[in-house]
Parts: sequence; structure tokens; C-alpha cells
Amino acid sequence: MMRAVDAVMECLAAEGVDVVFGYPGGANLPTYDAFVDAGIRHVLVRHEAGGGHAAEGYAKASGRVGVVFATSGPGATNIVTPLTDAMMDSVPLVAFTGQVRTDLLGTDGFQEADTFGITMPIVKHSFMIQHPGEIPRAVHEAFHIARTGRPGPVLIDMPTDLTRAEIDYQPVGDVRLPGYQPTTEGNQKQIRLAAKALANARRPVLYAGGGVINANAAAELTELAVSDRLPVTCTLMGLGAFPAPHAQWLGMLGMHGTRTANYAMDEADLIVAVGARFDDRITGKLSEFAPRAKFVHIDVDPAEISKNIPAHIPIVGDAKNILPRLTAEYRAAGPDAERLAGWWERIEGWRAQHPLRYEDSDAEIKPQYMVEALYEATGGDCILASDVGQHQMWSAQYFHFAKPRRWINSGGLGTMGFGLPAAMGAAVACPDETTCLITGDASVQMNSQELATCTENGIPVKVFIMNNGYLGMVRQWQELFWDRRYSHVDMGSWPDFVKLAEAYGATGMRLTDKSTLVADMRKAIETPGPVVVDVRVTREENTYPMIAPGAAARDMVG
Amino acid sequence: MGEPGTKELLTLEELEASSGVRTGRKHILSILVENKPGVLTRIAGLFARRGFNIDTLAVGPTDDERLSRITLTLDGAMHPIDQVTKQLHKLVNVIKIRDLEPADTVARELALFKVTADGGARGEVMQIVEIFRGKIIDVTRRSVIIEVTGTWEKVEAFERMVRPFGLVEMARTGEIAISRGRGET
Repeated sequence: MMRAVDAVMECLAAEGVDVVFGYPGGANLPTYDAFVDAGIRHVLVRHEAGGGHAAEGYAKASGRVGVVFATSGPGATNIVTPLTDAMMDSVPLVAFTGQVRTDLLGTDGFQEADTFGITMPIVKHSFMIQHPGEIPRAVHEAFHIARTGRPGPVLIDMPTDLTRAEIDYQPVGDVRLPGYQPTTEGNQKQIRLAAKALANARRPVLYAGGGVINANAAAELTELAVSDRLPVTCTLMGLGAFPAPHAQWLGMLGMHGTRTANYAMDEADLIVAVGARFDDRITGKLSEFAPRAKFVHIDVDPAEISKNIPAHIPIVGDAKNILPRLTAEYRAAGPDAERLAGWWERIEGWRAQHPLRYEDSDAEIKPQYMVEALYEATGGDCILASDVGQHQMWSAQYFHFAKPRRWINSGGLGTMGFGLPAAMGAAVACPDETTCLITGDASVQMNSQELATCTENGIPVKVFIMNNGYLGMVRQWQELFWDRRYSHVDMGSWPDFVKLAEAYGATGMRLTDKSTLVADMRKAIETPGPVVVDVRVTREENTYPMIAPGAAARDMVG
Repeated sequence: MGEPGTKELLTLEELEASSGVRTGRKHILSILVENKPGVLTRIAGLFARRGFNIDTLAVGPTDDERLSRITLTLDGAMHPIDQVTKQLHKLVNVIKIRDLEPADTVARELALFKVTADGGARGEVMQIVEIFRGKIIDVTRRSVIIEVTGTWEKVEAFERMVRPFGLVEMARTGEIAISRGRGET
């Protein structure tokens, strides 16, 4: 016999969990008592939202399940944003929330919130524990559901009296869920059909999303692409699924993607979507998206297929299983490499005519240059996290990701405040790598309290704040679409980020000189422990090119 | 499709997208779910969130106490049914979904009608009840309560017939359905 919470710790160990993020409170006191003897590393965050995003960063960087603990009521509601974020970006996460005693449930007890109900639409699955004996099986089922199929967040809500109850713990051998059997093996006939279509396509594009990264199938995607000269573009979430720069790399597609990638989609005759979901930020005006193309859609989630764009050849399954078979069938189909010559000529034309560009300056640091400088300072060899906004788009455009799981950002939900805790989680997951964060002066303030977590735990995140004193992306939209009527986008000049860093025990630096920027950034990266670098950039600079909201991809501006 | 390596021709023009279409007819979905807390909320929430409209919904036990059956009807003109069923399948507690073919399905609904029926009208109402093989299950001086079972269409037809007499109120269960033949629904 042991307490249910001690069984939770046994289950975590059995799942191979080495580190969790969390915050204690009244309703999860038994859980925190169990941590004392559990031998599992617990990182005490400064806000539950930070804990949730840290678990996401950990999961994205490592490919393992991130774990977060929070108490009932406000603790649980504080992880609503990270859970939603994880749902949108398919991040494997298990969240344990405390709940009031069962005899208080439904009485509006102190720190009671209907966590199960509140989180229902934003989790892949959830468990409301009703008997202490259910807990071990629920934990293993939660991990299984979180990491298999299309990954996602799973929540376990545990009333405090049940967690301290004694149970007869037996290790759980197998997980059987009759209603949950994700399809992983792609249908061979469909794969063959896709290979034949691809072999006959004269203007094909491979369009890869975050699903390729989740499936650990970057090498398999690259193998398919280079088995011929198939052009590749990735979504914001898919960056790193194909090594950039590369002769077949078109750049990111979508709202702030390259003209080359978007024009190629526009003129393609066959688009092979892998682990991507035709989000509105990709398609622009849906009715005018890739009007000449037929679609092969490979996804582990059948509901994504034909959700936005009807697929001509749907293939449900795991990209890691499907892509090598598709490559083999493609080779067997004996495609004529010469057929792509005209297509590449067209693509090279766009490349030459429309490279990513900005007007550089010696007088000030242009934000785009700041990203290029960090790429140079790191040699591209780091994990780069970002927050949300202009700096995120510039990072995606100008930092070239050669490997998967190096780019940690919030794509679907677009959560400001994601960056710092996510970078922290990534740094915990990969202590041997350099972890940098490019954030904005607005985003970073949404979870800057986590600097204390970094300092207390020796988590050496290098934070580069692209400081323009604006909510830059909102300002850009007000400039372009709202007659430059700026409404509440000027963030002013506070806080002093150098002093803020120092207050948290981190190193603070302020950079304003373009000529020494790369060297100064190197210095920051070499400085031990967490470092916050306040980089002053051009105040009003727009992120281009851009597909205006609701416009077609071929009508990109800027 | 052919064997691997065959140079069999496939032109992209031949390819057609099949899913995502609206059928334009009523669909009856029979959904077997685990009898666990929150299952109905998950399904109702999914429909609300994705903007699917439920026409009718009936929930009840099955022969297996661990399972419940949810029968819901929705309009295939409004929604791509395959998207609805695929989203439902993502719910871990959903075991099985059948989009029942009308021709192979027996569907019934129970409805109660309270109708004004005094004086001369009463006889006429009783005649209609007879035609529809309904039952009068309560009588007062000025009204009757009628029980009718049948398909959704039959109940609709009955409603149209008695409404002119003064329909005080009506309660309907929504259809439940089961497939014909020996196989399980």
C-alpha cells in the first residue's frame, strides 16, 4: 500500500520523466509532499503559465512529453493558455492539477474551479479522478495519449483527498483504450498513387508542417525531396524539417513567407502536404489558394484531411512511416528529372527577383539585421526560441534552421509571453546546447518573472530583446489597415531591461551600436548564466513581404 | 494503380477530391461512447465549437453497462458529415460511430402532445390519433395528452395535423435508431 501521490511518482519514473515544472498550493500539497522523496527534478517556476510554457519548450526541444503541476482554482486557470497553445501546436504535455476535496466539489469551495470543464475544449483528453485507485492507470493513459497519434495536452484533475488516500499500487503494464487507436501505417495503395502523381507532376511542391517535426521525420522528408529535385517549403511550425539553406529550399510560406514559396504554391500543379493543416495564415484567401494544384495530404490526424482544402490523395498515418515508402515508390515510378527543368527555371527567376530584403542602415540597428547578427554570432548552432509578433516573423525569415527541434515558437495560438519560459524549458531539456531567445519588449514582459527561475536554477538562457518600444505587429497593422491611427501600441520606455535583469540576478546588457553587434552578442552568449540583452532597433519597421489578411498569395505586398 | 515501377500513366487531371462534400440529406449518427463523466459535454462542446448544429439528440444505456449510445441527427446540407464524424472520432471516449443509411435503419421517436380538445373537436382529434396509431394517455375536460411514436417525419406530420386544434405543448425525445439485419449497429 502507498499513497496515490507516491504512485504518481512511480508512474512518472516508469514513463522516464526526469524533470517537471510546477507550482505548489493548497490542493496539491500531498503531491508536493511526494516530491520530497521522489527523486524527480522539479523546477519551481514563478507563475503556472510559465510552468506550462516551460513544459512546452521542453517537449518541443526534446520530443518528449512535457509535464506541469499546478494547484486547483487559480493555479489551474493559469495553465489554460499553455494548454490551448499546446493543443494548437500539437505539443505532448501532461498537466496535473490539484482539486478541492471531493466533499467540497460543487460547493464553490476555496480555490475551487471547474478545471475539467474549463479545459475540456483545449485538451486532447482529460481525466477527472473519482477513485484513488484509478490514478496510476490515468497517468499512463495520459502519457500514451499525449505522445501518440497527433500529440497534444492531457490533463489529470486530482481531488486532494483522493491523492493522499492509500492504494494497492500495481505497476500498470499496458494501456488499452478502445476509443483511441491512431492510424500510423499509411495505406499502400494511396502511397503508390501519390508517388505516381508526384512522378507525373511538372510543377510539384513539398509543403511540410510541424507534423514532420513531431513525427521525427525530417530526415525522411529530406530524403524524398533530394531523391529528385523536389522544391520544399515549410510552415512556421515546420522550420527545421528541411535543412535551410539548401538549393531546394524555397523558404517559409504563408503570410510572411517568401514570395518564391508563395508563388510556387500558387502555380504548383501538385502539392504534397505533410503534417500541415492549411491554416489561414498559409492559404490567405482560401478560394484563391493554389488554384491549379491537386493535393496529396499526409497527416496522422484524419480530421485535418479535407478540413480546409479537399484532398485528392489523402494518406492517414505517421509521416515517419509513410515518407520512406513514398520515396521508394517514387523512385520505382521512374520519374523523369528533366520534367522539372522548366519549373526550376521559374523558381530561380522568383528567387533572383524577390529575395528577402530590407533597407539596412549604419545609423541604427535594423530588426532584420539583429536576427542576421545573432545567426552570425551563433553560427546558427543554437536552439532559438521566440515570442510572438514581428520579431518572430523576422526570426523565421532570417535565421536559417538546419535541424528540427531548434526553433521553438508559438504558432497556432500566437501566445505572447511564451518565449522566455519556453526557452527555459528547452534549455533544461538540452543543457549541452546554447539556448537563445529573440523576444520583443512587449512579449517578454508577459512572463519576465521566469528570469528568477532561470537564475535560481542556473538555466543559462540568452535573451535578446528586439526593443522598438512598440507592440510592433499591432502597430504595423494599424499603420497599414487602420489609417495609421495608432491606438495603445506605444509601450514607452520602461522597464529598464538591464536593471530588470540585474534585479533578477541575471546579467544585463544594452546594445545600440550596429558595428559591434555581432561581437557584443557573442560576448553575451559566452557570459555564464542567464543574460538579458536589450537591443535597441529601428522603431517603425514593417515585416515584409506580406499577404494582406484575406488576400490571395499571388498578391503579396512589400 | 498498378504495381510499383510500372510506367502506367496517371495524369493529374484524373484526380478528384472526394471528401468535404455536403450530402444534402438528414443523417442519423449512432455513437457508442464510454460511460464516463463528461462524455456528453465533450460531444456537445465539440458541436458548439465547430459550429455543427444538432437537430435531435438522444442518450441512453446499451446492453453493456460500460457503454452508452448517443443517437443524433443533423442536416447534411449544412455540414460536411465526414468532418463531423472525424472530429467525433478524435474524442477518446467515443468507441464507434455509424452514419446510418436511411434504407437500412429503423428509427423511432417518442413524442407527447397536449392538444386543446373540447366539444366537437375532440372526436376529430381522436380520429387523427387513431390514424397515426397514437394513444390518448390523459384526458381533461378541455384537453388531451397524446403519445405518438414513429419516425421523425411521422411525428412531424402528426404535429401538423393537430396544431390547428390548439397545440398547448409538445415534448419529443429525438430519434433513436438501430440498423436492420443481424449485425450490430
